[in-house]
Amino acid sequence: MAVMPHRPIRVLVAKPGLDGHDRGARIVARALRDAGMEVIYTGLRQTPEQIANAARDEDVDAIGVSILSGAHNTLVPRICALLREHGMDEVLVVVGGIIPLEDVPLLKKAGVTEIFQPGSSTQDIINFIRNHVHRAEPVA
Amino acid sequence: MSDMAKSSVVPERRPSEAEQKWRKDVLKTALSVSRDRQAVFTTVSGTPVERLYTSADLPDFDYKRELGNPGEFPFTRGIHSTMYRGKPWTMRQFSGFGTPEETNRRLRYLLQQGQTGLSIAFDLPTLMGYDSDHPLAEGEVGKCGVAVSSLEDMETLFRGIPLETVSVSMTINSPAAPVWAMYLVTAEKAGADSKKLSGTLQNDILKEYIAQKEYIFPPAPSMRLAVDAIAFAARETPRWNPISISGYHIREAGATAVQELAFTLRDGIEYVEWALKAGLSVDDFAPRLSFFFDSHNDLFEEVAKFRAARKVWAHVCRERFRASDPRSWRCRFHVQTAGCSLTAQQPYNNVVRTAVQALAAVLGGGQSLHTNALDEAWALPTENSARLALRTQQVLAHESGLTEVVDPLGGSYVVERMTLEAERACYEYFERIDALGGMVAAIEKGFPQKEIHESAYTYQRAVERKDRIVVGVNEFFGGNERPVETLGIDEDAASEQRRRLAELRNRRDEAKVRRALDALARAAAGNENLMPLLIECARAYATLGEMCDVLRGVFGVYQEPGFW
Repeated sequence: MAVMPHRPIRVLVAKPGLDGHDRGARIVARALRDAGMEVIYTGLRQTPEQIANAARDEDVDAIGVSILSGAHNTLVPRICALLREHGMDEVLVVVGGIIPLEDVPLLKKAGVTEIFQPGSSTQDIINFIRNHVHRAEPVA
Repeated sequence: MSDMAKSSVVPERRPSEAEQKWRKDVLKTALSVSRDRQAVFTTVSGTPVERLYTSADLPDFDYKRELGNPGEFPFTRGIHSTMYRGKPWTMRQFSGFGTPEETNRRLRYLLQQGQTGLSIAFDLPTLMGYDSDHPLAEGEVGKCGVAVSSLEDMETLFRGIPLETVSVSMTINSPAAPVWAMYLVTAEKAGADSKKLSGTLQNDILKEYIAQKEYIFPPAPSMRLAVDAIAFAARETPRWNPISISGYHIREAGATAVQELAFTLRDGIEYVEWALKAGLSVDDFAPRLSFFFDSHNDLFEEVAKFRAARKVWAHVCRERFRASDPRSWRCRFHVQTAGCSLTAQQPYNNVVRTAVQALAAVLGGGQSLHTNALDEAWALPTENSARLALRTQQVLAHESGLTEVVDPLGGSYVVERMTLEAERACYEYFERIDALGGMVAAIEKGFPQKEIHESAYTYQRAVERKDRIVVGVNEFFGGNERPVETLGIDEDAASEQRRRLAELRNRRDEAKVRRALDALARAAAGNENLMPLLIECARAYATLGEMCDVLRGVFGVYQEPGFW
């Protein structure tokens, strides 16, 4: 159920693991910003702990995790678990990158709402985030 | 620079009377009946393309000045007089995954299938100078390449492969010097003569800061390590390429063809300048500098880029650096087809894209080639998809007639005009980067990074507006077939690596390891060549992580300035 936000949607674009390929992360970050969202980009090589802490400190509504290294099955569930530990179950988690289809169920079960494969349009990502961000307080 | 800049001016078109008449009579009538599909046509990089190229596009075109014969300055037509008639390009498929044993099996399989050179992909912990048992390696071991943490791993990787006869390329950059040290000791222990070793160390740190972002140390000590390897190779391994100056990753990060060309060659200039500052003389090392380019979808643009690269580099070495050995003027390069052009949707289309890109690489006169596999937007290639990628090259080499003629597109109006334009645009970027104080300074200011990001964003928007069609992605849907299988890499590789490393750490002579690492630390604080010290560390079975930790302690680590 989408609710009109009372402030711009805040999104953390996160690069976990050792992978330095940031073309996608930067493009998505810029597209979200151009779409009116407030975007925080973590920079490269962040641990799941750093990402979850940044999400809490920045009070974000959504996290876009970009990962192309193949380490998603280890790192992404850990980010989701840490968010739950911080009581941030409502934060939307989406993932983009090189993700084999057989890994999708595991990631969704871990708490990822959607996986965006190569070729996804930034408009689809923007729409998805707008439609799936949960808000405690709707606009008055 | 003025002599180079002058030769780079692209002349105005000078249409003949006949052409003017054709435009007025024939073309105008045709366009009044049926208009072009779009107002402006552009290459994949966004460069406008004219309807027709004629001799008017090449006024005062001097064959000797612009092209030269194959094997002659400025090498536009190729670095060899006979090109592929004597020997086809080297088919060098990049591979590596899991443990050294698993990759050793894949390498032997590829050699059996007729591959003519090896190319090793290392996993991310190795690329970042961490051992497989480091906490940050968790989840990454063996995933996008093979894990190599020690001399023992390197020996396993090349077991049964004759290193004096098979050329080996290693894609490793920030920790290139320690990894190469492990390779050299492996070859020595296998009885290979270092003077006969042939292969390539990527060792190109500048493009890491610019594009691929697998850096460890700050730029100055990184450049020192790169130059140490170059200097060591000049003395000890005369058939080895100690650096592969790479545009591939720059292009993959979203650069245009011209940005790829210009940033790569300007990186080359930077390495030469740093090597000269370290006391080397240009003709002692320039003949062993090698390059690595991407081959994207736009056939003519790519061929022109490859030809322009040879021409510009020849001028740079002869005029900017006064190299006198003709071998110093030759831009030898490896090509890989464009990974960023592969689609997850309808993946079998990727075979066709890759074939066209490989065609451009061959028409462009590359020395070696990697063709991507159809499933790489999903995972690392399976044995079947890797074989099909190799077969694509074999069909081009043996069935298409491509190898019989040297530079077959030479003299084509469009290709020659595009070559001149790429050359000019490349010199323009050189001037901007020189004005910023060179490439290291430009990187610190974020200049190439921002240029690439702008191009990547522009391209993405063009695809989303359907200004650029990507078959199966934004047009021509349906039949969204997927590869039947993808290569999965489980965590067994990681636990196997951790077990082997623990055994090694128990078995080796700790005092010897400590002595070698201490000597490395002392030398790193000074300015002697670090290769001999790294070789001693490798011999003592110091791990890659241990060597890199010593260097991190002395050099510090690099943090990218925020360009966001």
